[in-house]
Amino acid sequence: MSELPRGQRNSAWGPGFWAGFVACAVVLALAVPILNLWVPSNSAVALPDYLVPLLGKYLCYALLALSLDLVWGYAGILSLGHGAFFALGGYCMGMYLMRQIGTRGVYGNPLLPDFMVFLNWKELPWFWWGFDHFSWAAAMIVLVPGMLALVFGWLAFRSRVTGVYLSIITQAMTYALMLAFFRNDMGFGGNNGMTDYKDILGWDLHQPSTRLGLYLVSTTALGAGYLLCRFVTISKLGRVLLALRDAESRVRFLGYSVTNAKLFVFTLSAVLAGIAGALYVPQVGIINPSEFSPGNSIEIAIWVSVGGRGTLSGAIVGAVLVNLAKTWLTGAAPETWLFVLGALFVATTLVIPRGIVGLLHSARWVRPRATAPLPAGE
Amino acid sequence: MNTATAAVDTLLYLNGVTVSFDGFKALNELSLIVEEGELRTIIGPNGAGKTTMMDVVTGKTRPDAGEVFFRGTADLSRLDEAAIANLGIGRKFQRPTVFENLTVLENLELSLDDSRGTLRTLFAQLSPDRRDRIDDTLARIGLTAQRAQSAGALSHGQKQWLEIGMLLIHDRSLLLLDEPVAGLTDRETEQTAELILDLAKDRTIVVVEHDMAFVRSLGAKVTVLHEGSVLAEGSIDHVQNDPHVIEVYLGR
Repeated sequence: MSELPRGQRNSAWGPGFWAGFVACAVVLALAVPILNLWVPSNSAVALPDYLVPLLGKYLCYALLALSLDLVWGYAGILSLGHGAFFALGGYCMGMYLMRQIGTRGVYGNPLLPDFMVFLNWKELPWFWWGFDHFSWAAAMIVLVPGMLALVFGWLAFRSRVTGVYLSIITQAMTYALMLAFFRNDMGFGGNNGMTDYKDILGWDLHQPSTRLGLYLVSTTALGAGYLLCRFVTISKLGRVLLALRDAESRVRFLGYSVTNAKLFVFTLSAVLAGIAGALYVPQVGIINPSEFSPGNSIEIAIWVSVGGRGTLSGAIVGAVLVNLAKTWLTGAAPETWLFVLGALFVATTLVIPRGIVGLLHSARWVRPRATAPLPAGE
Repeated sequence: MNTATAAVDTLLYLNGVTVSFDGFKALNELSLIVEEGELRTIIGPNGAGKTTMMDVVTGKTRPDAGEVFFRGTADLSRLDEAAIANLGIGRKFQRPTVFENLTVLENLELSLDDSRGTLRTLFAQLSPDRRDRIDDTLARIGLTAQRAQSAGALSHGQKQWLEIGMLLIHDRSLLLLDEPVAGLTDRETEQTAELILDLAKDRTIVVVEHDMAFVRSLGAKVTVLHEGSVLAEGSIDHVQNDPHVIEVYLGR
């Protein structure tokens, strides 16, 4: 008789949802290759080669924003250190790509990457072992951010660190990692990071076809990440998360482990962020410690709030729109970008606290089911 | 007295429990026994330690000294809130705390006595008998028509009932109700008294309350707390005639 949770689940995975999802996926996955490959390059709608990795980069940012929305929008965990998980995934990919260079580096050393030769190192550090193999790197892309989130989250959530205090320690975490990765003796290329990649799984990274392939992999990862986040948020666990976001102690008195529930989404979210970082690195061609900078992590929160927190799709919309604006404005008037970004955040908070997608929901253009209502007073 | 045997025979056993906050003793060697199947009311002036006592029993506050046992064997002073809840101890807060952004139905769904494991909840499906149970509870607390409404849109009284429903649906053996009629109208207070008496038929209930008319209407054994320990215990007429009680509480 109680039709709601069952009916809600059905509409959440109903034909309406799939129609929208497939439409978005087709546009993202087909339009770019068609405009890039089959439209003559002198046509107005042709997509030049250099834009493909740029769009791929936006999709990686969208996956990163999605991962933050999962913890922030649904479980109330405002992580201001998600850039760290992104960067760690990126470094794991960067290490694999460095090993693929082989003897084609400037020094032509068959054993060591260029920066280690430059630092006069004699042998490969132990933590570089295995990065010759893509499967090892792929496992590390998932495990390194995941394990960090698991340990960090366990310490924080077990001690019931919440709200602004949690935001501050996540920020401190990414800052500490940034300082560590800046050091040459850490073995990750220090200040300069890692760059000058040649190929990935045998495909030349400078070829447009490889870049198109990476774009399509990013699209797939974003689509899969979205479905996964949606599955979590509309499950009973999703309702537990919403409940603990609004009344954490009440959830404890119902017998749920708040620590475990938070730890689960936080770790899942860190893994998604790591995958986003791993796909980002071959498309931009470099990873360096600035990816850990606290400002980067704060920017992710701005993407999510502009798009609409607690909506999942809003995170994607926000990440793409803000980064489009950033690309355009840092070209047209670079000195104004930070002011525009700040103003955007303030304006969103004041004028459309539910973000763009939240605004569409309240205008009933989009059906509002399976999105998280914001708690009162925020 | 032999504390071990006393602890085994009783449902809830507190012995010499002390809790202090920055030197202020919220509970001062409080000893209290609640028998299985009992309906107990606890009264006392503000600061007498009523809410702290509930905090200790439900694991929110750790006692500085003393013993707290459930069914003689479970040491509540060592367990966390979730573990205590899963032993079958439910609590209703002074201010109604329902999940305002979830619907009435979803509030009850989370309160069902299904597995609390994180991965189990991720894959949980609502079975037909669970749904029937939700429907029964909705009818019992009179919120069938509001099932699809968000709990935040309910009236104050409806929230109180929803919260009682959330305890009820889990079929817990001990319910702690902190001021269940605070802020209710007279009519709602009467309905709540009826509901509590009905619930008390098949479980143990401890009610903390200020409203003397309400306490009288429950007709249960009364414990008077004062400055963190028990001042008097007995029927409502007995404690109302106790000179100490008159002095510290009823006399004001």
